[in-house]
Amino acid sequence: MNTPRPRRVVITGPRRDVRRRRPRPITDEIDDQTRVGKVYLRSLIRTQLLLGLATVALVVVPLAAMPLVFGAWPSVRELQVGPMPLWWLLLGVLVYPAILGVGWWYVRQADRNEAQFTDLVEGR
Amino acid sequence: MLAAIGMALTVLVTIGLAAYSSRLARTTGDFYVASRSVPAWWNASAIAGEYLSAASFLGVAGLIMVGGADAVWFPVGYAVGYVLLLALVAAPLRRSGAYTLPDFAEARLRSRTVRVIASALVVLIGWLYVLPQLQGAGISLQILLDTPVWLGGLLVSVTVLVVIVGGGMRSVTLVQGFQYWLKVVAIMVPVLFLLAAWRADSNPSPLTQAPPTFQEQTTVSMRVDTEVTVPQAVDVSVNGGQQRWDVGVRVVPADTVVTFPAGSQVPHLSTTTILSGSSWAQALQGGQEHALYRTYALMFALFLGTMGLPHVLVRFYTNPDGRQARRTALVVIGLVGLFYLAPSVYGMLGRLYAPELLMTGRTDAVVLLLPQAMLSGAVGQWLTALVSAGAAAAFLATATGLTVTVAGVLSQDLVSRWVQDPIVAFRIAAAVAVVVPFLLGLFAESLPLAQAVSLAFAVAAATFSPLLLLGIWWRRLTDVGAAVGLIVGGTAATTAIAVSTLVELTGWPAALLSQPAAWAMPMSLATMVIVSRRTQHRLPAGVDRIMIRLHTPESVGVRRTWTARG
Repeated sequence: MNTPRPRRVVITGPRRDVRRRRPRPITDEIDDQTRVGKVYLRSLIRTQLLLGLATVALVVVPLAAMPLVFGAWPSVRELQVGPMPLWWLLLGVLVYPAILGVGWWYVRQADRNEAQFTDLVEGR
Repeated sequence: MLAAIGMALTVLVTIGLAAYSSRLARTTGDFYVASRSVPAWWNASAIAGEYLSAASFLGVAGLIMVGGADAVWFPVGYAVGYVLLLALVAAPLRRSGAYTLPDFAEARLRSRTVRVIASALVVLIGWLYVLPQLQGAGISLQILLDTPVWLGGLLVSVTVLVVIVGGGMRSVTLVQGFQYWLKVVAIMVPVLFLLAAWRADSNPSPLTQAPPTFQEQTTVSMRVDTEVTVPQAVDVSVNGGQQRWDVGVRVVPADTVVTFPAGSQVPHLSTTTILSGSSWAQALQGGQEHALYRTYALMFALFLGTMGLPHVLVRFYTNPDGRQARRTALVVIGLVGLFYLAPSVYGMLGRLYAPELLMTGRTDAVVLLLPQAMLSGAVGQWLTALVSAGAAAAFLATATGLTVTVAGVLSQDLVSRWVQDPIVAFRIAAAVAVVVPFLLGLFAESLPLAQAVSLAFAVAAATFSPLLLLGIWWRRLTDVGAAVGLIVGGTAATTAIAVSTLVELTGWPAALLSQPAAWAMPMSLATMVIVSRRTQHRLPAGVDRIMIRLHTPESVGVRRTWTARG
């Protein structure tokens, strides 16, 4: 009975004598300003800048459009909400809660971006 | 008389609070920045308190009374400026660890030269801003109490010095926070009474087809020679004698007392356009040349200028970290917005109940005079006392904040070369910082408050706003680029303002020079970018370390020390 000899199998396990090398923490990469560190930092700056610009656009674009819209269409100029001309309702009253709302949204998003970045670089 | 008591109380409480909290200030650090132990909402109150100057408390209502729909951009712009500050500047600036704008400039660009330029600009903007506060104080006191016009400015200057020399930033924070709430109460409570009185008067609409008229027989006394436009022939009594005033422009000499019959149209200062109620209420109908350009230029100045105001930025250092700095800025948006609901009401009611201000040109006083004009007896007097207290708070808060900032810069960069003790140096600098604008105010021509302040915003927008935006978000900004850009923007804006206030201009030159931010800011920004691109070899060695510090949250464990080598 010529059964073939079982092939020798190398059984391996993790080596116990040396500690597994942990990946380098990203905070070190950032500290040492390696390529990797720079990529992480730049992506954070980019995200925050885009968020900031979006926030500014959300407020400034509608406001900047108002003189044009009201200038171009006299019918808009004469619109009233109750006794109040639309212009005054928007720019005298509603603009303030509106910018507060946008600001609140920005703060939440900015915190979230930073939390994500923190989780990422600290590997949690 | 109650008005005097209202103002005096504000001054006394201010000094009292300063004295109380100065006992808490022990070290030089306390003296400058309150050691960052201030809660966010109180810090936000202090920022708002410092920010809401006489231009906001008195000037905005006056400009709205004259200019109507186009003038609402002033309060809107003052508030929206904080959105840009919040979204683009607040957290990174706090994380930079810089206390003043010159500190930021030096730390970010590693250049003494840029620091010195920034310091000079802080002083310039500070004085440009304090000057109208002192003049406004003089005019308010004159209107309420008939004092000589220099007295108000003198009282404000002295109080500011007492507060600052007494306690430094810590006391200033406490005082400013208190002054915000005083100002809100002082402008909001009268609004409720005035609106009630307006309803009781069967709420006459301001949106009439006719220009403003005297509702009842009105006596107007002119303090200075004034050129007015008479819109409609009218029989008046002048110093007791009857006269007929024909349509046209006429000069009314000082100390003239004119009595107009009920129902006659109000003569206007010759430099203001006479508007019917309905064109007053509509955008771009104010009769100004190039109104559209002026509107956008004003937006540029106010939206971008806020972030470059040195006295506002100093306060962000008082936050414990970048996240808190954002929260503070958000609360400021709410507080400032709450306040700005009021001035339009005064402006509207002013056209109905105090139209003689359009003739005397003292529209900055509409907030002070409207309670008496609309409400008789004790209620009117108490409300006058309340608005007077608020006005005093407005002068003091802004003048104090600006003086602290200017004094900080002067003492660090100038006085400390000769004086060893930093606290003594700071006190000497504070005295200089107050005395110069006070003396200038005695001679300079006075513009409407909110307009005068918008000039300071224009200079800030053309200088510090590009420096901050590029410094925070663009790694490649160099010291040479920043320096050239600051000089170009600062010179352009300052020259434009000087020319437009000294020379009579019309047409496009008038529009462009009196509202320079719309072209000076892009010019300065472009200069910084172009020059930086050509001087990349001067990029500081530690620039990446600086960007790390500006943008990584404090909770992340990276090194954020400011060594020259990264």
